[in-house]
Amino acid sequence: MGEGVETAATDLPGSASPVEPDRWPPPGPDEPRPAELARRYGLGVSGARPGLGRYLRQVFGRRHFIVAFASSKLAAQYTTARLGQLWQVVTPLVNAAVYFLIFGVLLGTHRGIPNFIAYLCTGVFVFNFTQQAVQSATRSIPGNLSLIRALQFPRACLPLAATVTKLQQFALSLLVLAGIVLLTGEPLTWRWLLVVPSVALLALFNAGLVLIVARLAAKTTDLAQLVPFLTRIWMYGSGVFYAPQVVTRHLPHAVAAVLDANPAYVFISLMRYALMDSVPAGSLPHHVWLAAPLWALAAGVGGFVYFWHAEEEYGRG
Amino acid sequence: MAEQPTPTVVVDDVHVVYRVHGAGAGRSTPTAAFSRLVRRQRSPGMREVHAVKGVTLVARKGEAIGLIGSNGSGKSTLLRAIAGLLPPHRGTVYTNGQPSLLGVNAALMNDLTGERNVVLGCLAMGMTPAQVRQHYQQIVDFSGINERGDFISLPMRTYSSGMAARLRFAIAAAKSHDVLLIDEALATGDAAFQRRSERRVRELRRNAGTVFVVNHQTRTIRDMCERTIWLESGVVRMDGPTDEVVGAYEEFARNRG
Repeated sequence: MGEGVETAATDLPGSASPVEPDRWPPPGPDEPRPAELARRYGLGVSGARPGLGRYLRQVFGRRHFIVAFASSKLAAQYTTARLGQLWQVVTPLVNAAVYFLIFGVLLGTHRGIPNFIAYLCTGVFVFNFTQQAVQSATRSIPGNLSLIRALQFPRACLPLAATVTKLQQFALSLLVLAGIVLLTGEPLTWRWLLVVPSVALLALFNAGLVLIVARLAAKTTDLAQLVPFLTRIWMYGSGVFYAPQVVTRHLPHAVAAVLDANPAYVFISLMRYALMDSVPAGSLPHHVWLAAPLWALAAGVGGFVYFWHAEEEYGRG
Repeated sequence: MAEQPTPTVVVDDVHVVYRVHGAGAGRSTPTAAFSRLVRRQRSPGMREVHAVKGVTLVARKGEAIGLIGSNGSGKSTLLRAIAGLLPPHRGTVYTNGQPSLLGVNAALMNDLTGERNVVLGCLAMGMTPAQVRQHYQQIVDFSGINERGDFISLPMRTYSSGMAARLRFAIAAAKSHDVLLIDEALATGDAAFQRRSERRVRELRRNAGTVFVVNHQTRTIRDMCERTIWLESGVVRMDGPTDEVVGAYEEFARNRG
């Protein structure tokens, strides 16, 4: 709580006399205190935060709401645009084209990468999923305040729905990506099956991250202005348009280790390995098969607990 | 004193303070914002509103309680605190089960069709998809949205304010509730809709333990509630039989006007 709340508390009437003088009927001498009365009849505190297990069941019970809310948001996104839902495919393509122009043609960061277009597009599309999810997380509580103040439901539904919306968009851009990868000459192999567990882990990781950012942004609305810069810095460190093992060859080992442990790079590498035959297993970051599930679990569980911890606070705005 | 019915809502010395961003006071230039940041002052655009100041009340099973008071006296805020939607700054609200707030201000998603809004609202209240299908037609009929053509398949931003309010109320009223809080919901819509909604509220009240009604029309309060609480500036001014309290309130309003 900020200092302003404390200053507000000084002008409150004393809690010793909660009953107004002209209350009707006047309280009897043997009338129990309200808290005692509530306890005697087993009344619960309104809007209290449920236990973690119960909260998890409540969220699971609203799974239809989460999915319906997510699809509706997705459908509503482009209703006023002329090209409509086509933007879902066009946006990632334009994105990839811009990065190709800057990094592939002008700056030439494609050193040591055989199939740069597919390499770049995979990086851009995968990172875009995380970036978009985090960006929408900053609005998921402040942007739905009227809904929060109108209906009682577990608030985690909102950031989770935001993640599902972005997952649906990502699924569409994956189809575009598959086309690009095949067109640039990569063969269709059994490795493509690895896409399924990779996307599942990535989605879990993003959901956790979204829950954390959603709670922070619910208190600090300024975060929405800051997040684009933070995610951009993160992107530059995630090997989206360069190969970290080439760049860090002459740098201290610690730098390489940090870049290798970066969860965004871990997931991007997994997707590249799954989709591209020209990416050998040897080029993957160390312990990638351990790092991916660990990051996903840590973010997923940690984010859920962290968000749940402030559940009763989300109405205040 | 005779044995009283079981309490369903106990409000114990509740204070509600909420923060409003963007209240237009003070200089709003970047340099002013920066100097506030350096001096660790709060943004002047953020104000605290102390809307409810220490309300204590006990509501019992089968009661219908009216809430009256001037605009901005904290009626709606108190209802939201009872519903657990606005956490109290101090004090506690105890309830039997989860209270439900029927408000016309429940904003839905304006870019979506009325149809989608019905489905989403029902799912958010905890209905299963099967229950939503079962209630869907009933909600549309109740709202009267489709009386003059197929409006339910249009986005909600094309609705008139009365139509949107009717649809919101119809969605919220589709479910039966333990403790029911009705915020001005009966004041919207045309006469036919008002009759339908008052009938629906009586039905809901038979199933509900306790009903709270906020309304500016004292006639509605007199019709529906035996007990009335008069709030003024966030403080309970009077709490008692409807006739007495509404009489005193009307006297007060006449003198002020």
